[in-house]
Amino acid sequence: MKTIKTIISIFLISISLTSCSDNDENNEIDPLTELNMLTSLQANTHTLELYSAQSQFTVGYNELFIRIKDASDMYISDATISWNPVMHMTSMMHSCPKSEVSKTDDASVYSGFIIFQMPGNDTEYWDLTINYTVNGESYTVTEQIEVKAPLDGMQRVSVFTGSDNARYILAMMPLEPKVAVNDFSALLYKMESMMVFSPVINQTIALDPRMPSMGNHSSPNNVDLTYNTTEKMYEGKLALTMTGYWKLNLKLLNESGDVLKGEDITETNLSSSLYLEIEF
Amino acid sequence: MKTEFDVRSYPKNRICLKTKALLLSTIFVIAFQLNVLAQEQAVIIVNDTILPVNLDEVIVIANYKNALEHRAQNKPLSTLDEYLESSKKLNMIKRGAYAWEPVLNDMSSERLTVSIDGMRIFGACTDKMDPITSYVDVSNLNDIHVASGQQGAEHGATIGGSIDLRLEKSNFKPTGWVGSFETGFESNNASRIIGGELNYSNDNFYIDSDVIFRKADNYVAGGGEEVNYSQFEKYNLSTNAGFKIDNDKKLLASFIFDEARDVGYPALPMDVSLARAFIGSVSYIQPKFIGALSDWDSKVYANSITHIMDDSKRPDVPIRMDMPGWSDTYGYYSQAKLKLEKHAFLFKIDGFYNRSLAEMTMYPNDPNENEMFMLTWPDVRTLNSGLYAEDIFDLNEGTLKISSRITVQGFTIADEFGLNSLRIFYPTMPQRQTRFLKSFSSLYATKMAKADVKLGLSYGDRAPSVSEGFGFYLFNSFDNHDYIGDPNLENEKSLEGNVSFLFPFKNFKLNLEGNYFHTMDYIIGEVSPDLSVMTIGADGVKIYKNLEYANLYNVSVDGTYQITPGFSWNGFISYHRGQDQDNINLPFISPFAYRSSVQYVKGSFSGNIAMNGAAEQVNFNPSYGEDRTKAYTIFSVSLGKTLSISDNSLYLKTGVENIFDTNYSTYADWKNIPRMGRNIFLTCSYTIN
Repeated sequence: MKTIKTIISIFLISISLTSCSDNDENNEIDPLTELNMLTSLQANTHTLELYSAQSQFTVGYNELFIRIKDASDMYISDATISWNPVMHMTSMMHSCPKSEVSKTDDASVYSGFIIFQMPGNDTEYWDLTINYTVNGESYTVTEQIEVKAPLDGMQRVSVFTGSDNARYILAMMPLEPKVAVNDFSALLYKMESMMVFSPVINQTIALDPRMPSMGNHSSPNNVDLTYNTTEKMYEGKLALTMTGYWKLNLKLLNESGDVLKGEDITETNLSSSLYLEIEF
Repeated sequence: MKTEFDVRSYPKNRICLKTKALLLSTIFVIAFQLNVLAQEQAVIIVNDTILPVNLDEVIVIANYKNALEHRAQNKPLSTLDEYLESSKKLNMIKRGAYAWEPVLNDMSSERLTVSIDGMRIFGACTDKMDPITSYVDVSNLNDIHVASGQQGAEHGATIGGSIDLRLEKSNFKPTGWVGSFETGFESNNASRIIGGELNYSNDNFYIDSDVIFRKADNYVAGGGEEVNYSQFEKYNLSTNAGFKIDNDKKLLASFIFDEARDVGYPALPMDVSLARAFIGSVSYIQPKFIGALSDWDSKVYANSITHIMDDSKRPDVPIRMDMPGWSDTYGYYSQAKLKLEKHAFLFKIDGFYNRSLAEMTMYPNDPNENEMFMLTWPDVRTLNSGLYAEDIFDLNEGTLKISSRITVQGFTIADEFGLNSLRIFYPTMPQRQTRFLKSFSSLYATKMAKADVKLGLSYGDRAPSVSEGFGFYLFNSFDNHDYIGDPNLENEKSLEGNVSFLFPFKNFKLNLEGNYFHTMDYIIGEVSPDLSVMTIGADGVKIYKNLEYANLYNVSVDGTYQITPGFSWNGFISYHRGQDQDNINLPFISPFAYRSSVQYVKGSFSGNIAMNGAAEQVNFNPSYGEDRTKAYTIFSVSLGKTLSISDNSLYLKTGVENIFDTNYSTYADWKNIPRMGRNIFLTCSYTIN
């Protein structure tokens, strides 16, 4: 009986602790414990911490969380933040698709995403500029960041020129693949200029997943990706019949059904020029 | 009710009959058996009830250990599969030299109920490489009861019928210690067989134990071509014991361990590195039950099978893979009889719980790629509960047997990975489903003029098998397609009629038999052209579907003629046909087939010359991988002799099968692998009393 009482009290205490945490202004429980801090930028008496579920800035879609710590180690709420990643190549500079930075449920945590379309290397590098306003005062910081290819080497983003001569960037959203019908979503951007990327809506991304190691086996009941205006991304269904390496062959079609990029998979054409990859 | 033949020998052979007072248990006995024994034994028909109405065929096995009865089989110590093949009702699908799959009325595993002493047991291989009959051996068995169609419903819901493999037991006979030792050799595949048994039995207690070991190399087809990957090796241990708690109350237990290793399947792209079964049961029998009920017989049982496929011995495969499978079954039954003046009732309640799980892991040729894994049987749990009742009713001018079974069968997909896999095809598929199965059969037996006539009409249904309902990319190398189950299949329902006439002329017996199955929602794989194959090199994907209906009919004629007291002939002809609603041929339907043999028995000597063959398979279906299998005829001869050495007996038997080394294959040989060429066998058994 005693043990049961102890268990119940422990249980009640733990419930009260967790339920308090949302409103806990003292940051006793860190809302970002599940995440990895990728970098922290020192500037203007502030420390800007960048967090991600991944362990590195990765080519492809990166959901990032930012916190700003003041000199007294308190996290600042209600700041406004914008950012601009820039790739410094040997002959030119360009940016990449990115979102706005917005506040999360926790007023001291801000989030957004960046889609890096290439990794840095010895001679070419990315830097990230963050402009932020705290209590009406604006600050800026720029620092070099290291963007690496995904740890599993899979292609999560594709940069291509469509038959309309526009340049596109297609990135898949993070996916924990299962042997099942998976919800599959992706973001599509058009490169308006070196620094401006605009989301593309109302197109269709046809999906044909294949296993090259299994004689290009495909799966049934996939659903082509179409634009969801609420979620602001392309959504479809990806059926995976077994674990292993899957090449997601894609075809981008515009509103009138013209193919902008990609080819059908046939006996002779085993892969599309537009594809993404997963392995699990 | 059972009709029993009490076989008694002349005194000089009495020694050999000590262990078996009752030899055969129904009216249809393998012809060889009766013919060979007929002259030296008086066959007395013991009717414990009214009139014979069972259509069971009994394949007697135990007697191979007993010198006299060795003559019953042309080849003692042959594999159980060969015994089954010698039956008139059964055919065997062969994928190699081992683990043949029985076919009854042109229907195989999923349409049959195969049981061991009433225990339900299910193979663990998704590709049917381990029929239940491969987990027992002739050393364990007393006999095999084959019941056609709904006559087999006593053992479970079925369409085609039932095969019950009955274990041999000393059964409290006061024989004391009995031991025997057998060994055999076959020239064609250097098959070595060695076995022995040691039994002790008295009025209150018995314990039997036996062991058999078989090892065979590749066999050689007619003409001299070696059939690679046809080797096998297996051993089987079994023990069973009985104990009388009080005068009539008996407690029995049995246990079988069977393990096969290094089994080649020349017709398939993979072999088997391990097929192992543990099969155990405990039963309780007492002659009186509540009120007027009698012969109360109850059993609880459990069995567990592990089956591991292996391609490591094959030099060229497109991709290496592991395919293990497991099947565990737990069950029970309890039955009692009720005898009234004109009725003989049997009531039975039974149930089982089965777990079937199989997986496939493929190793990409690029070692940096991840393994590819799928569940081919998604941990399907089957819970089956049934009630069976039969009544044998004396109508004076004839006997009517009516029987009925109702069954509730539930399926649960226990593995989430497997459920999600299947939901790729069936997004709304529930995790559980329940099916109600029913069977009703009637059989009327009477005498018309001089003939024994039987007429039967039955209805029964069955749930889809685990593969048919829940299989996930199961490769069938016969039609070169991947198969996917459909959990939404309708139950398969069959309306069955059967008729038989037995004319007992003076020295000649003629038996005509026919049956007809009108099967609605017949389950078979149908090509799904939109689906992409999984197996490298496969031609397509099939999904199990319900046909509108299929019609199957089987007719046979067999006769035995006693030419002189020692000399007899028998012959057997059968014809089978199976078509769907559009008159398209169904697969695995036997062409016209025949057998004929002459036996000579004198004293302790016996001899036999046999011929068997089939006509060209004209009704085949290429979309199931079939082709026009050629006609063939093969001949065999055997000689046997019993020697008495003091109280013990030594029995020697030798023979030649496929004397002319004919190269042939039958309609049931997977991908037309040729059958064994000329084979000389020699067996020797020594019984110590």
